[in-house]
Amino acid sequence: MTAAAAAETAQPRTERLVHAVNVTKSFHHNEVLKGIDLDVDRGQVVCLLGPSGSGKTTFLRCINQLETIDGGRIWVDGELMGYDDRDGRLYRLKNKQIAAQRREIGMVFQRFNLFPHMTAIENVMEAPIQVKGEGKKESRVRAQGLLDRVGLGDRGTAYPAQLSGGQQQRVAIARALAMQPKLMLFDEPTSALDPELVGEVLAVMRELADEGMTMIVVTHEMSFARDVADTVVFMDAGVVVEAGRPREVLGNPQHQRTKTFLTRLHSEHDHP
Amino acid sequence: MTTDSETRPTESAADRPGAIDAVPVRHPGRWVAIAVIAVLAAMLLHLLLTNKAFEWRFVFEAMNQSQVISGFVKGTLLVTVLSMIVGVSGGVLLAVMRLSDNPILAGVAWVFTWFFRSIPRYILLFTMGTLGILFQEGVAFGVPFDWKIIEWLGFSGDWRLFTLDANQIFTGLVAGVIGLGLSEAAYMAEIARAGIMSVDKGQAEAAEALGMGSGKVMRRVVLPQAMRVIVPPTGNETIAMLKDTSLLVAVPVIGELFYQLQSIGSTYYKTFPIAVAAALYYLAVTSILMVGQYFLERHFGRGFGNKAPRAARPAGAGGA
Repeated sequence: MTAAAAAETAQPRTERLVHAVNVTKSFHHNEVLKGIDLDVDRGQVVCLLGPSGSGKTTFLRCINQLETIDGGRIWVDGELMGYDDRDGRLYRLKNKQIAAQRREIGMVFQRFNLFPHMTAIENVMEAPIQVKGEGKKESRVRAQGLLDRVGLGDRGTAYPAQLSGGQQQRVAIARALAMQPKLMLFDEPTSALDPELVGEVLAVMRELADEGMTMIVVTHEMSFARDVADTVVFMDAGVVVEAGRPREVLGNPQHQRTKTFLTRLHSEHDHP
Repeated sequence: MTTDSETRPTESAADRPGAIDAVPVRHPGRWVAIAVIAVLAAMLLHLLLTNKAFEWRFVFEAMNQSQVISGFVKGTLLVTVLSMIVGVSGGVLLAVMRLSDNPILAGVAWVFTWFFRSIPRYILLFTMGTLGILFQEGVAFGVPFDWKIIEWLGFSGDWRLFTLDANQIFTGLVAGVIGLGLSEAAYMAEIARAGIMSVDKGQAEAAEALGMGSGKVMRRVVLPQAMRVIVPPTGNETIAMLKDTSLLVAVPVIGELFYQLQSIGSTYYKTFPIAVAAALYYLAVTSILMVGQYFLERHFGRGFGNKAPRAARPAGAGGA
């Protein structure tokens, strides 16, 4: 690390849960993130919007280190992700330590990624038992509570293949919540769903937001962003084009790229 | 049945098309095939029952000899089970090594697979029986190169925990199991690798995102799903292994089914009934193995098959 990079390691402030500074990432010389800054306070809901290929999913995956970043820093709850900073020199964390950092960050995927060989309730119980060492009985009770919460209390014994897409995604949310995360990441959680199933997943997410969960959501659902988000971040070509309150960014975009994106989106969807 | 919710003025409900009672397509070819097969089956049955060469009484007597049964249990069944245990666990280990980020482990796995797939089993087993010549002072367990280190440091004695007699290891059933097991591991490595690679990458990512370490991801999420792909070819391998135990004669092992049957055959100058006896043994065990494979496949296919009826509820109750 250079001295300049080391100087950048400012102390994160405590009300901030996520603090990302100048995050860069390339895949085979193709720079997909060109210096992303993002701050998320506790209890905030941030929606990442932007055309496909803008880097929003990659950025989300960088936060819980499914991708390693090439430059910049990401702190979650004051903890530098992926590295140990000893007097400005960075030491890569071991896989075990990275796994420990991920425990407190829940992630929901576009394609659900439920474990197909386990029933719904086993999916929810798996991480608490295997990772936290929770007892089977206790974990089952909590898992049942979480399934109730996402409206699937009666589907615990079903295998994922026996559930609709919307139901699978709700189980996936329950599975992530079972680790009692302080941050939830949603990677286009409704993009793989039939239109009539989108609502049930968004409803669960709205409720989660109302309960004060800190959430970063990559989405194309403008109504969700407008109603639920505290901050909307518009990304394009690996940079943050603009960010702000949803009413400002969506209602009165300042940049041409945002305007173009929103107009195209409106013309594609019947609902604004 | 039609519902008469809407009846056109010009036609009564009775005129509307009802249940279909059509003439099915005829399959004359099937009847011809049945006739041909029935005749062939009758010929086969006739051959089996009337041809004197079978000497059924001798076949069953030979099958019942104590040395044949013991050869079958120890040389065939036991060696199959032990070799497959070595082969499957070694194969999974090799597959995980081959797919790991560590280039040394991946390279070692590749070389192992290359070596043991290259050598015919018969020759491998023959070599196994002669390996004792490499270790005339026995196979010692302790500090590697201890005599050199001791010589450099000017000490005397040795740093060995225990020493096994190589001629005891590389002989008989032990040599057979080592040879067949290592050879099998090379094949199983490829099968297990294909199985692991067949699991969607999103599965490992989801498990990692939950904070599971790489070992847990493999054991709890990837391998159980890979098993669905691994089990059918492993059943094949087990059946092949059952039959390859007849190669044990190369070691040489004589406590094995076919060798024992053959020796009876040559004593009584009856070669053909002996072949029939061996075939019957192998047929019986293979049938049992196939039943076992069915249950294994059903176990690892859970969540994938259509055991339970698909939930007929495309839209859920909404997010409560």
